Amino acid sequence: MVDTQQMRSLAARLAEPEVRGRSPWADARRRFRRNKAAMVSLFVLILVALFAIFGNQLAAWSNEEMDFAVMGQAAQLGAPSFANGHYFGTDDLGRDLFSRTVQGTQVSLMVGLIGAGIAVIVGTLYGATAGYVGGRTDAVMMRLVDILMSIPYMFVLILLLVMFGRSMTMLFLGIGLISWLDMSRIVRGQTLSLKNREFIEAARATGVPAWKIILRHIVPNILGVVAVYATLLVPLMILSESFISFLGLGVQEPLTSWGALISEGAGTMNYGTLWQLAFPLFFFCITLFAFFFVGDGLRDALDPKDR
Amino acid sequence: MTTPLMTARDLRVRFELPAQGLFQKPRVLQAVSGVDFTLMPGETLGVVGESGSGKSTLARALIGLVPASGHAVWQDGTNLIGLSPRRMLKYRSEIQMVFQDPLASLDPRMTVGQIIAEPLLTHRKDLGRDEIRLRVKDMMDRVGLLPNQINRYPHEFSGGQCQRIGIARALIVEPKLVICDEPVSALDVSIQAQVINLLGDLQRDLGLALIFIAHDLSVVKHISDRVLVMYLGRVMELAEAEALYADPRHPYTQALLSAVPVPDPVLERAKRIIPLRGELPSPMNPPSGCVFRTRCPRAEALCATERPELQGGGHLTACHFPGALRPEELSKAG
Amino acid sequence: MALLQIRDLNVRFATTDGEVSAVNGINLDVQRGQTLGIVGESGSGKSQLAFSIMGLLARNGRATGSVQFDGTEILNASPRVLNRIRAEKIAMVFQDPMTSLNPYMRVSDQMAEVLVLHKGISRRQALVESVRMLDAVKIPDARGRIGLYPHEFSGGMRQRVMIAMSLLCRPDLLIADEPTTALDVTVQAQIMELLADLQRDFGMAMVLITHDLGVVAGSCERVMVMYGGRIMERAPVEPIFAVPAHPYTQGLLAAIPRVDQKGDQLSAIPGSPPNMTNPPPGCPFAPRCAYAMPVCEAMPPLEQFAVDRERACHAPLSALRQGPPPQPDLPEPAAIEEVQP
Repeated sequence: MVDTQQMRSLAARLAEPEVRGRSPWADARRRFRRNKAAMVSLFVLILVALFAIFGNQLAAWSNEEMDFAVMGQAAQLGAPSFANGHYFGTDDLGRDLFSRTVQGTQVSLMVGLIGAGIAVIVGTLYGATAGYVGGRTDAVMMRLVDILMSIPYMFVLILLLVMFGRSMTMLFLGIGLISWLDMSRIVRGQTLSLKNREFIEAARATGVPAWKIILRHIVPNILGVVAVYATLLVPLMILSESFISFLGLGVQEPLTSWGALISEGAGTMNYGTLWQLAFPLFFFCITLFAFFFVGDGLRDALDPKDR
Repeated sequence: MTTPLMTARDLRVRFELPAQGLFQKPRVLQAVSGVDFTLMPGETLGVVGESGSGKSTLARALIGLVPASGHAVWQDGTNLIGLSPRRMLKYRSEIQMVFQDPLASLDPRMTVGQIIAEPLLTHRKDLGRDEIRLRVKDMMDRVGLLPNQINRYPHEFSGGQCQRIGIARALIVEPKLVICDEPVSALDVSIQAQVINLLGDLQRDLGLALIFIAHDLSVVKHISDRVLVMYLGRVMELAEAEALYADPRHPYTQALLSAVPVPDPVLERAKRIIPLRGELPSPMNPPSGCVFRTRCPRAEALCATERPELQGGGHLTACHFPGALRPEELSKAG
Repeated sequence: MALLQIRDLNVRFATTDGEVSAVNGINLDVQRGQTLGIVGESGSGKSQLAFSIMGLLARNGRATGSVQFDGTEILNASPRVLNRIRAEKIAMVFQDPMTSLNPYMRVSDQMAEVLVLHKGISRRQALVESVRMLDAVKIPDARGRIGLYPHEFSGGMRQRVMIAMSLLCRPDLLIADEPTTALDVTVQAQIMELLADLQRDFGMAMVLITHDLGVVAGSCERVMVMYGGRIMERAPVEPIFAVPAHPYTQGLLAAIPRVDQKGDQLSAIPGSPPNMTNPPPGCPFAPRCAYAMPVCEAMPPLEQFAVDRERACHAPLSALRQGPPPQPDLPEPAAIEEVQP
């Protein structure tokens, strides 16, 4: 018995236009937008990024050029001024601090983002694999992390930089090597709690291979935590780099970074050239603040349990 | 006689728990200890038991989510226990599972369409995108969901609808057996009836066999052809649903049935509840002989020494002294 | 004067998705020594009703109206007043006993603390009294086990411990919110029997909140059925089960599979519970109701229609007696098959 009417209504129901869903990410976005501090911080970060990318176009001087008119009399002539094109003033060698700050911002942001990027990719995959596979594999993988963590990395990094010379690659290598350790631990913990959830069981029961479960179910579900931790990791990376640069072991001249600039500025602040410290420090501080606020906002947005 | 869809013989699941002391042996928890049953095609086998009876573990063992030993022989003669993942894959589309918590069994970051399509993506790699989408929509319609909701996310649905999504996911690969682990215990009464009816209809239309696990005896009675009663990892009684509920032979089944509340004040107040002594023994250290003897109103010396086998014609009971409890035994228990 | 008298109680929650009205204009009296069952599904507002009485609403919740306990207004009372009432006059038992037991404190310390604080007796006396109370809830070897931590008890025993604790100060009213939902049936039967015994012995009133009509049938004198934050029907227990006077009660009873009857197709209530952020106008049950009429756009008042029986429904009682009319717009496959033989 074929009920034509029923068939027709079925066809009609199947052809109805599809309703768009409201994804958990869209919900989070909505909650994030309502967080004023986080939105302002995000705006600040965008400004800092624009400053790093397009700052050189605005600069009257290049970062390597020395203004011989100012050189040697930075305290008297090197103050910030629009007249001579040194918007942020100059350093002791007469180099334009504006373009130096632009360059320092580029380097510091890059260190922060690449460091956090390595942490996200390596840490997430490593932690998710260890947590999902479990058993002996998990034990071996996590003991390796423990061993790496027990190495006083700052000393090792300093030793490396001293032994192999100061270079950007060395710096990235050093920071990248340690940045993912915490991340992998966090991700493993999250994976362990996800692993016994019923939707993972459902996927296992239907025969989805392990690597697909990790990529399709586990990673998207821990991305929230990872995103929060990554935004908090960027400023930590910037801080580490700055610390090393402050010690004079970071990036090499003529390259510079916030840490190096602050170090120079701090060294000369007794001679009345306070702007040499103030400008890089200002960028350094607002960026760190902004990252922390954005991270906080993300956590509130992605983890609505605290509402 | 048709061949059974699945024959379980001496199915066992044991978990090793970490040792309490540094130099002690790891403790062993025998969650399922020697379960036997047969399941015919298109039949519903209800499994009841209280928490700690091992009923959920049994389900997970049958579907290969926890390692087990013994036999669970499929229709074609293959023992599914201990099969390599590669060889098991073929059977994973034949046996599907519906879970207890409707929302937790759905990936919150996936759309309904992606969730229902997942078994198809795994087992029917020959199908194109459009074909998969069509089948998903068709299945959604079948379980009573609007097909135009295909792009929505689980959190946008109510509990009952989420369970329908879970059922659609289980049925999309046209399995022969669906294992339902407490599929309605998280749902409201009015919704529970919808889902039970849906399962019943689908089973009839598609000729499915169901293993229906629940702690609610009324629900199991309603949907099952035969019912298996578990206690502490063992089968206590296995019989046709009618017979089991009308004439429970095992003292445990009798106690269990007497405790079910009946929504009728007159009957409920008049009925006699058979109390169980003491508490559920630890599955780490089950009693010798019959595992129920420590709480049984009829226990005798024999029960402590010898384990009763599951026996009887159509109505199987694992008890040395089966039969209805007499009034004097009841008063002794109280 | 009733022991507990609630007038026009409303509970609202402010959420990011808008305002949720969980409880809407409830009037309720509980007499001394009476047992009242409140039945409802999730989202019916039954638990929020209890929480608002106890002053335990979540931070984003607001209750308005009046709740008088023994003549004293306690709705939105100061924490000091509420703490005293909660400890000495009204006790509450929850679904999950661990929510009110401190996992890091011995049971003996937790129980004695309550007595020392509220009764001002010595610790030694308090311990004696605590053991007596554990005996009263039939915990075997109470003296030996009072020194244990909550997690060392099984689920049923833990619930007994919590009941014992809530009864320490001999309250006049016990509110039990799904006290047996997390327990096995055999344990449930024991706990319900225990509650009935204790209620009789201590002469206290009890409000039993549950979704399980079977539990209500066994232990309550009066039943109140809630849906969408409103009272649908209220009556003594026998008539509610024998001749339900509201379509929702009727539907609920028909939807339960019963262990003592032969099963046919269950008559499920179609649709889903209302979304309380955006409740339907008028009767909340109307969208799922087989008797719905245009007039249901307006909420029917809760009216007395027989001795001691009230209901909120526009449908005439005679229509309810005849059973629900067939529903033409739902192509239920089962309905077609039933015609064939």
